[in-house]
Amino acid sequence: MGQKLKSTLLNMVLSLTLVCAITSGLLAATYMFTSGPIAEAEALALKEAVKEVSPAFDNDPIADSFKFQTEDGYELLIYPAQKEGKNIGAAVESSSKNGFSGLIRVIVGFDSEGKILNYSVLQHNETPGLGSKMEEWFRTDKNNQNIIGRSLANGNLNVTKDGGDVDAITASTITSRAFLESINRAYSAYIGIDATTSASEQNGEKGDTNE
Amino acid sequence: MNKLKVLTNGIIKENPIFVLLLGMCPTLGTTTSAENGLGMGLATAFVLVCSNAVISLVKGYIPDQVRIPALIIIIASLATVVQLFMNAFLPGLYASLGLFIPLIAVNCIVMARGESFAAKNKLLPSILDGLGTGLGFTLALTSLGIVREFLGTGRTFNFPLYAEDLGSLIFVLAPGAFIALGYMIAIVNRFQKA
Repeated sequence: MGQKLKSTLLNMVLSLTLVCAITSGLLAATYMFTSGPIAEAEALALKEAVKEVSPAFDNDPIADSFKFQTEDGYELLIYPAQKEGKNIGAAVESSSKNGFSGLIRVIVGFDSEGKILNYSVLQHNETPGLGSKMEEWFRTDKNNQNIIGRSLANGNLNVTKDGGDVDAITASTITSRAFLESINRAYSAYIGIDATTSASEQNGEKGDTNE
Repeated sequence: MNKLKVLTNGIIKENPIFVLLLGMCPTLGTTTSAENGLGMGLATAFVLVCSNAVISLVKGYIPDQVRIPALIIIIASLATVVQLFMNAFLPGLYASLGLFIPLIAVNCIVMARGESFAAKNKLLPSILDGLGTGLGFTLALTSLGIVREFLGTGRTFNFPLYAEDLGSLIFVLAPGAFIALGYMIAIVNRFQKA
């Protein structure tokens, strides 16, 4: 074992520069190697989520997706579902900043009548075991907690504490409120675009590749 | 030094969690379930083995006064490599461990082993030391995760054992982490004394 390098300025600068250069090279290589699979995994997760909540479609909702800006500054993504050229509903990616901790992102599907088909929570930082129950809570048939099949045409969904008719998650009213807020926002975006898309549809049929 | 002793030292006698009480932040944060604890433990063990190996190889070329920054750069790069790989190939686990993976870079166990062992020993013992400490860490995190998941949600590795409503939620939350860890350290101490 040789003697350690002395702590002269030159030695220190050289060794640190070398360490940095080698590690950044390693990181760049890893990044190049993994960026493909990461993008694939994310695209697959999105595709699964859209498929899970949308009505049965034969178009490509992800390719047809577009953004929708709400008045209160949220940006929603809408994945329209079509079958044989007709609009049959959409999956809407919505979010709320009013959760217990951090952003809640959900994707929710509506049929053409505005009924909720299904939802999926994409991202949240709610308390494990309390707020995190929203992933299943609002689609479990128990008392008034299930929101699947409900239509928002008669007004927004609210927790019972706020005068609504949806049972909030036990001990997680803030999360429940934020969750329903994101669902309501998704619906308002959904009906907001409904008028524009059905108008444009009459102008010309979209070329359908299937059948 | 006896090679086997180096390996088992980190698992039992100097277990980073139960004996040295190092790296409490990821320990308490990620052990909400057995699966998360195991994932976090293995990710840290991998970084530990690699960082120990690299440090023992380059120790002769790093001047003393800049050895800490050099260590941090090496460890942080390795943690980022693990993060990228996990994001690419284990997206589910990555989503649940989230922030704690990049934080391996500042995990004091990794720093401590690099500074106190790998910087003074040859390659093979350093790798064994990293492996032993990493396994000890994994063992501690997994067992803590099992206890918390079982008491809190009635499951073990996501396999339901009794009704979830009977579980006491506090064990999934932060206070339960402290309580469970305290009792486990007491038990380990009892057996080590005997």
